Amino acid sequence: MYQRQIHNRHYHFKDLRTLMAKATPLRSGDVLAGVAAENHLERVAAQWLLADVPLKQFLNEALVPYELDEVTRLIIDSHDAAAFAPISHLTVGDFRDWLLSELATTEALSALAPGLTPEMAAAVSKIMRLQDLIAVAKKCRVITRFRNTIGLEKRLSTRLQPNHPTDSLPGVAASLVDGLLYGCGDAVIGINPATDNLEATHRLLQMLDEVIQRFQIPTQACVLAHVTTTLKAINQGAPVDLVFQSIAGTEKANTSFGVNLGLLAEAQQAALALKRGTVGDNCMYFETGQGSALSANAHAGLDQQTCEARAYAVARAFKPLLVNTVVGFIGPEYLYDGKQIIRAGLEDHFCGKLLGLPMGCDVCYTNHAEADPDDMDLLLTTFAAAGGTFIMGVPGADDVMLNYQSTSFHDALYVRQLLRLKPAPEFETWLHQHGIVDADNPWQLANTLPAAFKASLQNLSGLNYGHE
Amino acid sequence: MDTNKPPSVSPNPWADLQQFTPARIALGRAGNSLPTRAHLDFQLAHALARDSVHIPVDFSVLEQHLTEQGYPSLRLQSLADNQAKYLQRPDLGRLLATTPPPSASVDAAVVVADGLSSQAIAHHAAAFLDLLLPALQQRGYVLAPVCLVKHARVAIGDAVAAHYKAKLCVVLVGERPGLSSPDSMGIYFTYQAQAGISTDADRNCISNIHHNGLSYQLALKKLLFLIEEAENLGYSGCLLKDETQVGSGITHL
Repeated sequence: MYQRQIHNRHYHFKDLRTLMAKATPLRSGDVLAGVAAENHLERVAAQWLLADVPLKQFLNEALVPYELDEVTRLIIDSHDAAAFAPISHLTVGDFRDWLLSELATTEALSALAPGLTPEMAAAVSKIMRLQDLIAVAKKCRVITRFRNTIGLEKRLSTRLQPNHPTDSLPGVAASLVDGLLYGCGDAVIGINPATDNLEATHRLLQMLDEVIQRFQIPTQACVLAHVTTTLKAINQGAPVDLVFQSIAGTEKANTSFGVNLGLLAEAQQAALALKRGTVGDNCMYFETGQGSALSANAHAGLDQQTCEARAYAVARAFKPLLVNTVVGFIGPEYLYDGKQIIRAGLEDHFCGKLLGLPMGCDVCYTNHAEADPDDMDLLLTTFAAAGGTFIMGVPGADDVMLNYQSTSFHDALYVRQLLRLKPAPEFETWLHQHGIVDADNPWQLANTLPAAFKASLQNLSGLNYGHE
Repeated sequence: MDTNKPPSVSPNPWADLQQFTPARIALGRAGNSLPTRAHLDFQLAHALARDSVHIPVDFSVLEQHLTEQGYPSLRLQSLADNQAKYLQRPDLGRLLATTPPPSASVDAAVVVADGLSSQAIAHHAAAFLDLLLPALQQRGYVLAPVCLVKHARVAIGDAVAAHYKAKLCVVLVGERPGLSSPDSMGIYFTYQAQAGISTDADRNCISNIHHNGLSYQLALKKLLFLIEEAENLGYSGCLLKDETQVGSGITHL
């Protein structure tokens, strides 16, 4: 029981799970789930109480029962007490002060990550403003490698997302070339297939592999099919760089996605066995998003941001190359408007980074949400200022297969130039070699068509990919 | 005019590639940003897509079409009785406001849900049902009346299938409107659907049925494959893979 008198009103919250939910800044998904604070005062009362909770309490009071949930078991069983020791005496409120202080250096934060549980990260984020989330996340550094090095200081990577409504190979290739010539694609070239079809997945993987080999691009490919489809593709001999899967923060939600920890481990092992990484072996790519557990009626009474942070415990067990919060994709029933989407994106980035993950953000919205490109510009700019690891690159910001709006190649150029951020170093060198960026100004594109692409463009226009 | 000054908009010499995709490629750039024309094109498309979310569904045309084709249909509504509630309360969009009249047991429940795009249903449902309903009958399936459900989410099909004790549940639904495809229709197939129990992991999805997307014929081929496989395996969902050949399938309507 957590109770407090505030402004002549007595507030009591029956358990830590309730307290966490009530302390969460307003969002529609928590209202939908019936766990949100009833008014501003109740929310602030919960925040005061949460600030007084010792961090150790999160190790004693599991928000989802240990016996019932393999994600809880993963969190508790993998907790590193030695890493936790330097802050084990702090309350949530003290922890916020510590994070903002000079004591929390990049090195200290890296050492702390295995000692933090997702619930601790979520708790402290609930009493932080956006500038706190940005300032602390900016101090975290998470570096991962496959065919290039992602997450270095003053770098921002991009996923090239050349989706097509029917997985047409020439259609995908057209967007792929457009993106590469705009300097995009160092995080991954990742296609969402229109259907979870094994043959289409295999063909797309082959095509991406051919392109990466022909142009010697220091990047990795991924077809974002279900993990079981990717496993089948691996068994068929398909060239799989990264294994993709959507994940969530409760066992039940993961079950609704058709996955569990054992299956993810099996897929990771299968991809590792292919030994396709050249500079590292981070071979997993996860996507998450607040509201996905509730959407599957599997939130276990938790608020959606705490559920989301728990998904990061799943992610970090598999040493991913990339983790992407697809923040505005789910729709207004979970994040109602631009304000809620922006805060959620920065919370997710903060929690992910604190827990040691290479966090990217799909800065995005759907057409039934109260959001527009102005909101996305704010999230894009603040996310990059916070040291975000990667963003999406979608032609003209319009994903013609998934039917939502993300960030464009132009958006990536804008924010890189604004904040003087470069892509992964190996990819930066490649852009220079091909004359894609200006020789004197790395934040500006060259105005001439690179020689290596001239022939390919002619081939593509000549239907080299077997246009049906 | 001083011809030595660089132009303020740099075009992209690969505009030819636009023939292969509806994606917004080769837009050119003003500095690193979108040129004015491309920016306003986007704003226009966003306005159209936003407005299309709020166009109410009119099932009367589809109802009349089905009657003419000799298929009984039934109009139903979810517990979300208006569009604002529909958008904010997905739980209500999955539940029927009224129970359909009792019927003899059937094999297949076909449901048409407006979802997030009534235009998708207006443009594609009749033509697809013209292919689907006879195909199901040819395979010996007894059909429930086609249920046309307003303000409905995908899982409303579970409630309908459970009511009719149908082992096949096929839901046609208006997908969230995209900038380039405000009228995209999706199909969700669930085998042995159970109201309140089936989850997304139990369904197979065929999406992007529209004029620049998947053709009706190919969507039907995929659906019939999934139905046949589900009958063999005894389940649908993420463990049932669409293994139809795609070689000749990438076509436009």
